Amino acid sequence: MPTLDQLPRGARARIVDVTGDDGLSMRLLEMGVVEGEEIECLGAAPLGDPLEFFLRGYRLSLRIAEARRVVIDS
Amino acid sequence: MSATSEATSQVPLTVALLGNPNTGKSTLFNALSGMRALTGNYPGCTVEKKIGSFKVGQRKISLVDLPGTYSLAPRSLDEMVAVNVLLGRQSDSPPPDLVLCIVDASNLERHLYLVSQVLDLGHPTILALNMVDVARDRGVTINLAELSKRLGIPVIPLAAHRGEGVAPLREALVADPVRPPHRPLFPAAFEVEQTQLADWLANNGAGAFPAYLVARLLLDVGGYLEQHVSGVDPAALSKTLAAARGRLAEAGCKVPAIEARVRYAWIKTLLDGVVTRPVSRPITRSDRFDRILTHRVFGLALFALLMLVVFTAIYRWAGPLMDLCETGQGLVSELVTARTSPGPLRSLLVDGVIGGVGGVLIFLPQIVILFLFIAILEDCGYMARAAFLMDKLMTKVGLSGKSFLPLMSSFACAIPGVMATRVIENRRDRFTTILVAPLMSCSARQPVYALLIGAFVPAATIAGGWLDVQSLTLFGMTCLGAVVAIPIAWLFKATLFRGETPPFVMELPPYKWPSPRLVFSRVYASAKAFVVRAGTLIFATSILVWAAGYFPEDHTRENQLATQLETLGDQLAEPLARREALEAEASEIESRGIAPNESVAAELKSVRAELDDLAQTDLLAYDDLVTQRNQLAAALLERSYLGRMGHAIEPLVKPLGWDWKIGVGVMASFPAREVIVATLGTIYSLGGEVDAGDAGLQQALKESTWPDGRPVFSLPVALSIMVFFALCAQCASTLMVIKRETNSWFWPAFTFVYMTVLAYAAAWLTNQLATRWLA
Repeated sequence: MPTLDQLPRGARARIVDVTGDDGLSMRLLEMGVVEGEEIECLGAAPLGDPLEFFLRGYRLSLRIAEARRVVIDS
Repeated sequence: MSATSEATSQVPLTVALLGNPNTGKSTLFNALSGMRALTGNYPGCTVEKKIGSFKVGQRKISLVDLPGTYSLAPRSLDEMVAVNVLLGRQSDSPPPDLVLCIVDASNLERHLYLVSQVLDLGHPTILALNMVDVARDRGVTINLAELSKRLGIPVIPLAAHRGEGVAPLREALVADPVRPPHRPLFPAAFEVEQTQLADWLANNGAGAFPAYLVARLLLDVGGYLEQHVSGVDPAALSKTLAAARGRLAEAGCKVPAIEARVRYAWIKTLLDGVVTRPVSRPITRSDRFDRILTHRVFGLALFALLMLVVFTAIYRWAGPLMDLCETGQGLVSELVTARTSPGPLRSLLVDGVIGGVGGVLIFLPQIVILFLFIAILEDCGYMARAAFLMDKLMTKVGLSGKSFLPLMSSFACAIPGVMATRVIENRRDRFTTILVAPLMSCSARQPVYALLIGAFVPAATIAGGWLDVQSLTLFGMTCLGAVVAIPIAWLFKATLFRGETPPFVMELPPYKWPSPRLVFSRVYASAKAFVVRAGTLIFATSILVWAAGYFPEDHTRENQLATQLETLGDQLAEPLARREALEAEASEIESRGIAPNESVAAELKSVRAELDDLAQTDLLAYDDLVTQRNQLAAALLERSYLGRMGHAIEPLVKPLGWDWKIGVGVMASFPAREVIVATLGTIYSLGGEVDAGDAGLQQALKESTWPDGRPVFSLPVALSIMVFFALCAQCASTLMVIKRETNSWFWPAFTFVYMTVLAYAAAWLTNQLATRWLA
């Protein structure tokens, strides 16, 4: 299954799962990165990392390593 | 009014204010309680305790500001404090009568996550729906009456930055409290496990445990609570929890995902038909800003430009203000000197008290200016972008993008740098940043470099005249701390602050105009914190060092000389003024050009001749007395406690190539690095009023010898002193601010020890290498 870091800029996908049960996973879940939700990639920082996403009406920034925890559908 | 209601009106209503970061929580706090807030720390942690007091009609209200958070799932002691305050388990904070939860109306879905946790606590709750104007502009409509009905609590619309809605909110605070209805969110399987765990806890020594915390124990894998249930064996608890979570996973309630799933599902249902938003995502003005501000090229260029502006401002704007502080200090010293006779009282007042207070105030302009920038950048939303831009760079050092600005600020002064680390919410990142911030080359190191480079580094050029050695040395010294900080930060992260990499996961809030009131209150609060809380300790340290340099010697003779000098100075006021004017003239002539022509040389010669003439005639006796006084002062300092300590530690500093005089200088400069210049001035019998560019002091250093006649100072020794000062923690103010920010004496002590050891080792190495290669 693809993960969120592979989502091209401007593309949308549906969240399938957040893997792991550590602090990072919990933080992602709290921020609304939850199964079934739609998420859009807005781009990356000038140095290539972190990435920027849009979900639930707000903008969220994640490092590539963090986006890799989020499984998406396409 | 009846007797009982009068009595209750005297007991303040405790209201806890809670919300996500970037919600306008601080703006609301200020709007409700004004600038009058009591601040402090909750014991044992770095969470700021902030309580505002105000009245609605006759009712006193005490408003407890809790730190901005996305969730009430504590992973650290700091996060646990907010939960404890809400549950009335924090001993130094009364249990709240009411919870005021502030949310962003334009981003309701995510903000209601925290609200759903707050409602689980069962307290009377009011929902403040902030930024309704922003939501409206974005085409979001909210049916407030329906939202309030579905939640079962009052909902008050607000535009806190404009003060709209604050009056109805104040009224709502004193209205009859409304407890939210119980609404089972979690599936039956979870409720069963929760009941079982509550029973297990009661039977295993935990006593009565709030239901919310029982749920947290189940949900927060590796959370703070797991290790901190008093009276319960942690190993047994872990086993019980693992088994319960295993059963939950089998029942389709996998922890921790289950919580977010049920809460967001509840939010979806709650908002269905209550909130309508435009079908397509509107491109806001904030988005257009971001296209430039986070652009691959322009974004970085603008960031660099901004840093340059901040820096220039600190140096340029703070410079005149700092000079003003110094001038003021000088005037007060003169005034005190004129009103007192020479003796311990005058010395205490002038050298101890005024010097100590001046030492505190001198940093204030830099702190105020830097905090002005930080408050503006934070309030307008750029701070998150700065972290976004710099994160990749900072992760290479093991830190995060949020550490960039505090470290950058420390190049001007570590005090505001350390205070600015509050934006870093992760404790490990924050503490690492605090510990390495004093390594950045601050402005107080410049006088030390200027003195020693001026005296010992040859004014030669290399690379065909393109580079001059003095500037190169200065550049090297300025970079040294930052370069050393890289492995040190990495080492701290790998040892002291080991653990999983803290999540970056950060919201990029929409841009908005900063609120002048909020900016002002932030700057005021940090200035006050520095002056009051750190200032008293810095002051005490200065007095202590003064006393060590004054006692136990008898200063009678010195005081006699000082009195004689004053009388003679009054008599010779005219020639003294003449000499001052001539000296100014001479330095003005000298500064005119590198290649003086004949007429300039002649002019200088005649001025010099007149100066010599003055020294030989009218001022002969005066100068003789000054020399006597300075020699006596040097002797007194040598025999003082400080001087004795200097002699005692000479074996320790000898490997660095230093003699006892340098040792005394280093010890005397504990309150602030730049003090070494004045101390060396006193030790070398030149009086304490020398500055770093003083030719006499530079000459005295060059002529200083060991008892066997070898010169003390050489290029290697000068370099080793500079390296020591580049890396040491000779700054009481920084250490006191670290104490304040970490709420512990351990960390300033640790900083002092690690930096001193580092500075010593590096100074030794420099002396060894330089002696081999340069001398």
